[in-house]
Amino acid sequence: MPTAIEIFKHLPKKNCGECRYPTCLAFAMQLANGKAKLDDCPHLSEEGRSALASSSAPPIRSVKVGVGKGAVEMGGETELYRHDKRFFHPTAFALRVTDERDEEEVDGRLAYARSLRFERVGQEMGLDLLELEYRSGDPGRFIGLVRKVADGTDLPLVLRCHDPAVMAAAVAEVRERRPLLHGADAVNLEQMAEVAKTAGCPLVLCADDLGRLADLVGMARKKGVEDLVLDPMPADPKETLERCTIIRRSAIRRTFRGLGYPIYLSIPEGRRGMVMAATAVMKYGSLLVFEELPAAQALPLMVLRQNIYTDPQVPIQVRPDLYPVNGPGPDSPLLFTTNFSLTFFTVMSDLEKSKVPVWLQVVDTEGLSVLTAYSAGKLTPESVNAALQASGAKERSRAGVLIIPGMVARMSVKLNEATGLRIVVGPKESSGLPRFLRS
Amino acid sequence: MVEVPVPKEKWTGSIGTIELGRADGRDGSRPLRLGGARGLPFLSFEDPEARTVALAGWVADSLEDVPRPVQDAFGERVNDPVSWAMDWKERGADLICLHLTSTNPEEGDASPERAAETAMAVLRAVGLPLIVYGSGHGEKDAKVLERVGEMAKGERLLLGHAEEGAYKAAAAAAMANGHAVIGFSNLDINLAKQIVILLTDFGVGRGDVVIDPLMAALGMGLEYSYSVNERIRISALAGDSMLQVPMVCDCTPAWKAREATDDVPNGGPTLERGIWWESVTALAALLSGADIVVLGHPEAMAIVRDAVRGLRGEV
Repeated sequence: MPTAIEIFKHLPKKNCGECRYPTCLAFAMQLANGKAKLDDCPHLSEEGRSALASSSAPPIRSVKVGVGKGAVEMGGETELYRHDKRFFHPTAFALRVTDERDEEEVDGRLAYARSLRFERVGQEMGLDLLELEYRSGDPGRFIGLVRKVADGTDLPLVLRCHDPAVMAAAVAEVRERRPLLHGADAVNLEQMAEVAKTAGCPLVLCADDLGRLADLVGMARKKGVEDLVLDPMPADPKETLERCTIIRRSAIRRTFRGLGYPIYLSIPEGRRGMVMAATAVMKYGSLLVFEELPAAQALPLMVLRQNIYTDPQVPIQVRPDLYPVNGPGPDSPLLFTTNFSLTFFTVMSDLEKSKVPVWLQVVDTEGLSVLTAYSAGKLTPESVNAALQASGAKERSRAGVLIIPGMVARMSVKLNEATGLRIVVGPKESSGLPRFLRS
Repeated sequence: MVEVPVPKEKWTGSIGTIELGRADGRDGSRPLRLGGARGLPFLSFEDPEARTVALAGWVADSLEDVPRPVQDAFGERVNDPVSWAMDWKERGADLICLHLTSTNPEEGDASPERAAETAMAVLRAVGLPLIVYGSGHGEKDAKVLERVGEMAKGERLLLGHAEEGAYKAAAAAAMANGHAVIGFSNLDINLAKQIVILLTDFGVGRGDVVIDPLMAALGMGLEYSYSVNERIRISALAGDSMLQVPMVCDCTPAWKAREATDDVPNGGPTLERGIWWESVTALAALLSGADIVVLGHPEAMAIVRDAVRGLRGEV
């Protein structure tokens, strides 16, 4: 990515503000940070556009599968390590349905796929796509499966079939849904690229050697297919980690230009598969297709994905509410903390450790920790009182006491005025809570 | 065919090595050698030598803090730390992480003498290297670690832990008797560095320090730990000598996550989910730089051991 100054040289320097930024320099800075799009500038010259488009193109191509709201975007990543900025497009998860299954099994599979949905810290998590695999050797059966699933779900689809003729017939059924085609290999590249090009669908290239994979990229591009995804076909966790790392590093460090595409991985069932999946979530996998995904593994993997793809600059927040801990009653005391997830989890864990029944009020501080929120004016006697009123805390805890974090002891007097509760200053560190509560 | 150059990072530093356990081979035990990494975890093209990742089995000498599923997995044996540690040995643990929680002044308040005897009994019975913690109460821990350190002279324990503001007792207990010490810090690369500086200024050799940057569990801030660990390891490899020490990650807090142990609609069998919760936490620790991983559930250890093999390309 070029610097703001390099970008600025190519801008019209009119400072017209039509891009929503006050000056061209401000716009250049937003572009450099990836927060604005080149198209937002209506006065950019053709030369400027082409100069900037090529140099500002992300090192990894962004590829979209599906259409509309549920479409899955992969790639477009710019970093090797999430702490350098962030990872943008969370690893997509797909469940495989093969055409060897009978109708009833397929229905069961679709129902299962729908059931794998969870809500967590305000985000919906679930399966993102379904993969339909041609295994039966009977083209009619495969096309029947494609039709049936297309009718039964809105999820974007992956079609896995290495016979170009069968693939062409299957794509014809669901072309407008922009499925991902898996795929092209050294044997069928020419015809499969033709199918993808005709249908206007993204294509997966498969080879278990990165050099051969790069060859396929060159050939597919020559055929005019640009929306590509790479399947490096790892057989174990080591190959998963190393191949994904080499692909990502080659693209980001620009040591090799032919592998700048999202990564597809087929995940076998069992423990090793789960280890490959977790490895790929942390290390650069874009789309994981599961042969099987038991629920007891799905939730940990989805939470791992949520954790890793969190923007390090935007803290995860928990819902501001009144949380009962250790089965409190009307006589149990009331405490408060902020809605920064880490603060909340720490306090919650220490409260549970104390085994003392209490009510914990979470105050919305836009994800800031106690002291930071207080300093930034996001944690005030008024905001605490508003939270207590919104949750009905004072009705549920009738002890008339509010225990406050020791870090904000100086709020005591004003909090007492605002809430009418007696204020007790708690420990400065959450780890002191068990001892404090028991005494 | 196109040749894809392997994009190695050009590291100038490496992680120091440390040995734990008896060095004289008495009782058939052998020391555990850790550290030495010259590249990011499990990238054989950066560091062709397969480095040791030691799996520590978690044992406590009282049951207040032991998660239910962990107690269930060991049955009666959790009531006796020696028997519990033997179970870990039979299951292939590389070392034992013993928490002397019986010394908690707010609970059992066992004497340092008695706790040290427990530690010695475990040492004698299992013959594996030992990480020893007190109960997390500063003043008492100081006495406990001092006594354990004295009695186990020559056993080269890893004492837990020293932190900013409370590091002298653990450091002294280690220095006086040839043990190593864990430098703990709270989710921050600068604090991790700070505790190593404090310990080495105090006189502890850098080769006697293992850092614990606090492994937050899956769903409980794992992303912070993952990035802090990764930054620590990258800085160390890039030449920051104060961070060139092995790293220990305790993954047992995974059992405190509600989603690991509570019923969740469509979340599958709870125990299996909990085991994966701990295992996935451990995988994040491994890929971000852990040299020692502490585990509570034996199934999680089986999974993580297989994961280490898999990440090395072993069948």
